[in-house]
Amino acid sequence: MQKIIGFIALIGIAIGIAWWSMKPQDEVQQADGASSDPLKVGFVYLTNPGDHGWTYAHEVGRQDLQAHFGDKIETNFVENVAEGPDAARVIRELVEQGNEVIFTTSFGYMDPTLKVSKEFPNVKFHHITGYKRSENMATGNIRFYEGRYVQGVVAGLMTKTNKIGYLGAFPIPEVIQGINAFASGLRSVNKEASISVVWVNSWYDPVKESDAAKVLIAEGADLLAQHTDSPAMLQTAEKAGVKGFGQSSDMHEFAPNAQLFSSVNNWGPYYIQQVQHVMDGSWTTGEGPDHWAGNTWNGLGDDYLVLTEFKNMPADIAAKATAARDGIASGSLNIFEGPMMDNKGNEVLATGAVLDDGGLWAMNYYLDGVLGDLPN
Amino acid sequence: MYDELLLTVLLTSVPLILAATGELVVERSGVLNLGVEGMMLMGAVAGFGVTSLSGSPYIGMLGGATAGALTAALFGFFVLGLATNQVATGLALTIFGTGLSGLIGAPLVGQAIDGLPVFIVPLLSDIPVLGVLFRLDLLAYLSIGLVAGTSFVLFRTRAGLVIRAVGDNATSAHALGYSVLKVRFYTVMFGGMMAGLSGAYLPLVLTPHWAEGMTAGRGWIALALVVFASWQPWRVVGGAVLFGGVTIMQLAGQARGWSVSPQFLSMLPYLATIIVLVAMSRGGRAERGAPAQLGRIFLPPR
Repeated sequence: MQKIIGFIALIGIAIGIAWWSMKPQDEVQQADGASSDPLKVGFVYLTNPGDHGWTYAHEVGRQDLQAHFGDKIETNFVENVAEGPDAARVIRELVEQGNEVIFTTSFGYMDPTLKVSKEFPNVKFHHITGYKRSENMATGNIRFYEGRYVQGVVAGLMTKTNKIGYLGAFPIPEVIQGINAFASGLRSVNKEASISVVWVNSWYDPVKESDAAKVLIAEGADLLAQHTDSPAMLQTAEKAGVKGFGQSSDMHEFAPNAQLFSSVNNWGPYYIQQVQHVMDGSWTTGEGPDHWAGNTWNGLGDDYLVLTEFKNMPADIAAKATAARDGIASGSLNIFEGPMMDNKGNEVLATGAVLDDGGLWAMNYYLDGVLGDLPN
Repeated sequence: MYDELLLTVLLTSVPLILAATGELVVERSGVLNLGVEGMMLMGAVAGFGVTSLSGSPYIGMLGGATAGALTAALFGFFVLGLATNQVATGLALTIFGTGLSGLIGAPLVGQAIDGLPVFIVPLLSDIPVLGVLFRLDLLAYLSIGLVAGTSFVLFRTRAGLVIRAVGDNATSAHALGYSVLKVRFYTVMFGGMMAGLSGAYLPLVLTPHWAEGMTAGRGWIALALVVFASWQPWRVVGGAVLFGGVTIMQLAGQARGWSVSPQFLSMLPYLATIIVLVAMSRGGRAERGAPAQLGRIFLPPR
């Protein structure tokens, strides 16, 4: 008798556990707004919008999109989707629920998005920051590196130890561009300082990010930059009394004294533009075979990238940062302009030449100012 | 510079010391609980949540320990009460803890808390380099106290003798009149409490943050450390510091621009664990140290 009761309890608990733990991952959350026959737009998120970083910026963009079109569209999103094969299942599920436009918002969704895009030729896919396209899959990106040049300028003027720590997630083109733009900005004001890059092999691992930040501070870095998603680095900087730059979203509430400024990704205009194209019937995956010549690749000039207020720095440095930002936005300042040397002393761009977008995606070197070798 | 690096190494080791010491006692009593990772995550989310609600990291610490112990009680109910397979139940506990902590923690993502404050011991903390040993938080000091306590109880008291007897020969212990299941249930609860404290250490000290799955495999490392330490509490401390040292070394190596692939460096701590395990099993010490009835189900004869 006791055994039977135990067995029933076991099954009951197992079902309960399964039901509970399944819920948060697989439930597609229907967001606000629904009218007679709205266009359904689906989003795939890497983490929870509460990360106050990358995914949060996408969530703000989604809300802007919804607000712009009102009841003409319905937006849905799935959060905490792991990069890799399982993402394909989630994307397929979004299609089956009637979403006609889909944004997959992380580099690692590239191959799953490509795969699903071939299965559903009538659905319009956008993959954020990848480089593969198909008939109905476009690529979307922001010129994040522009903000990093300004960070480099501020870091070069602020550092006392001439050691700058830089947290990288993975050595992919987008991150390399950022490091080199930072180095270019740094060298424009400071010939001595160097950048130590630490790869944490994750976009979002607060404990590891904070460990890496502690190590960089122990190694003498007095300024930290990050290309990872959580505010852990800035929290560590705040505690240790050093300064740093936020990433993707404004992180000043986590580090009121440490954040110099943050480069905020403003996805709203991009989402609105793409959905408008779909509604008008003018949507394409972009011109030419080059993925960077896709639908858009905008930055500071079009407010796709926005820098928060320059804080915790002297007024003259803030003025120089403002000048650099405005120069990039107006196009009068070129971030990658020759002569440009890599950190092995080879010339990678001749005097007077300006790196084009193709060259940006082919960067397989560190510029002068970065320590160490670029991992393969 | 080196003292700051050493400090980071020590902080990385504390959660491993706590979780591994708890598991060591559980295994000494003959139970193998593979759910350490799940219990740690429950401890982490409870530690963070309770601190966020109460405003006190000390209450948060207790919350983490309680959550770990309750999760362990569930494990105890299954493997001791219903005599289920320990390996399968332990793995299920990890998956359960990962899912449930994510669910409970969803509204906590993105919040910040004030972690445990640091206690600086006057004079001793001024010693060059080693002074960092006296610049830690309460839970770090406590972890060493708990190792000392565990070592004392296991090898110097009657209770420890009973625990070891239950783990080595449950039938004899039962014949002598000791309740095997009761002893094992207590050790499982203790293991859960330690895993909970260990999990709570992440948001309370390492990074004042909750993130899903933030233990990132530390529970499994703790399990490996128990074998690594051949079921001796003080060796757990050595193993944990060694592991933390390699983890931090790889980050410091990158910061200094060593030309080694970051993937290889990230692998180093795990490689070190495997090498030590292989070396130990060749020496035959693992077999000698292991409790004889580890992982075996005991059903008291009627």
